[in-house]
Amino acid sequence: MSSVPSEVNQTAIEFLNVSYRLATGYELLRNLNLTVHPGETLILLGRSGSGKTTTLKLINHLLAPSAGEVRVQGRSTRDWDVIRLRRTIGYAIQEVGLFPHFTVARNIAVVPQIEHWPAERTRQRVQELMQLVGLDQQLAARYPRELSGGQRQRVGVARALAADPPILLMDEPFGALDPITRAELQREFRALQERMQKTVVFVTHDLREALRLGTRIALIEAGYLVTVLPVAEFVHSPDPLVADYVDAFDSGPNLGRKRTHP
Amino acid sequence: MNVWQFMLENHTEVIELTLEHLWLVGVSTILAVLIGIPLGILIARWPALNKPVLGSANIIQTIPSLALFGFLLPAPWIGARADRLAILALLLYALLPLIRNTYTGIRGVDPAVVEAGRGMGMTTRQLLWQVQLPLALGVIIAGVRVAVVISVGLATIAAAIGAGGLGEYIFRGLAMVNDSVILAGAIPAAMLALLADVTLGWLEKRLSPR
Repeated sequence: MSSVPSEVNQTAIEFLNVSYRLATGYELLRNLNLTVHPGETLILLGRSGSGKTTTLKLINHLLAPSAGEVRVQGRSTRDWDVIRLRRTIGYAIQEVGLFPHFTVARNIAVVPQIEHWPAERTRQRVQELMQLVGLDQQLAARYPRELSGGQRQRVGVARALAADPPILLMDEPFGALDPITRAELQREFRALQERMQKTVVFVTHDLREALRLGTRIALIEAGYLVTVLPVAEFVHSPDPLVADYVDAFDSGPNLGRKRTHP
Repeated sequence: MNVWQFMLENHTEVIELTLEHLWLVGVSTILAVLIGIPLGILIARWPALNKPVLGSANIIQTIPSLALFGFLLPAPWIGARADRLAILALLLYALLPLIRNTYTGIRGVDPAVVEAGRGMGMTTRQLLWQVQLPLALGVIIAGVRVAVVISVGLATIAAAIGAGGLGEYIFRGLAMVNDSVILAGAIPAAMLALLADVTLGWLEKRLSPR
């Protein structure tokens, strides 16, 4: 899809001294340096307003860095054709992002359609994706308002995967779900990711979710990157800010121990 | 002679004037839609244009209709024929609800939906045609509905400058001090307004995304 040769792609996404300021001068993100490796799931963890969604939106250039550079597949987002860039990156947000006037099938087919795929190929792809994310084919003709929260979220994931993008951005995609449905979708997403091996950047404030889904976790606090650690090391980190975050979630006796994933 | 007898006896003329009336309203509305909706889209895209455009449309709205007909009279080509003049005046009055509703409709689309579209790589044009306009359609049709209902009423005044329409009966009845003749113009005009309101209301409901 993109013309970037794959041998230079040792890093999928790179933040180099990136800051993001609002027009008012308020700094949402300060001097961020972060690398996302191909095929890993990097979790951006942090409380509300910490700057994790801002970080995510800098990758697909919904926001432009005030200073520094964001590189996707080795090329600065400023040098990308922004439409090309975004179609190279799957984007899944909370359920509100589905188009309410499109059926499930049309929602999933948005990117293939704007990429002018032939109708038959699009149709097959939609079927394939619905199966992949566990949606009954009968739901294809329904509208988002006629679905449950979990079904809507599956549509969101299918839509982000439609054109088989190498990179996937997910902004609290399971945030609005009840705990049981959320756990179910997390499990399915893990299984999916094991097969797909996409580069995923996943925003959440939920430590449990981070531990379940991530390869590495980047903790962001008030616009600063506190640390980036592999999942297994995260809960044992001596960093006081990490420990604070872990403690806040540590309501049960088993969280601090090494978990076996479901 | 009561109004029904009058209308029955003059039914050819009633139909003729009704068609004339419809012509004035129809042509002016179509032109107003062709101008007003793009203007609404424009100011939704460039908010700096918002004030001058909506302000102008607002000022036009405050000019009394008879005065507007008078102002337009010296205009070349337009002033040469009464129906052109009437159509232009009706068009100008219809602009405000069309511009404002198009603007409000587009602005009212859930920002999360718009951002999802942008994030997936839709161009500005694709976003407008596939997301913003379809989702704003109900509000835009509501604007057309208001514009048409206003036009049907205003078009009766066009008879004062000889543009025809059901206003002919109203002015003639006023001159003759004959209620039946006034009503022969007023009743069909009211029915047209109601019909337009109901039809467009139905359309509005059908096209509004829930």
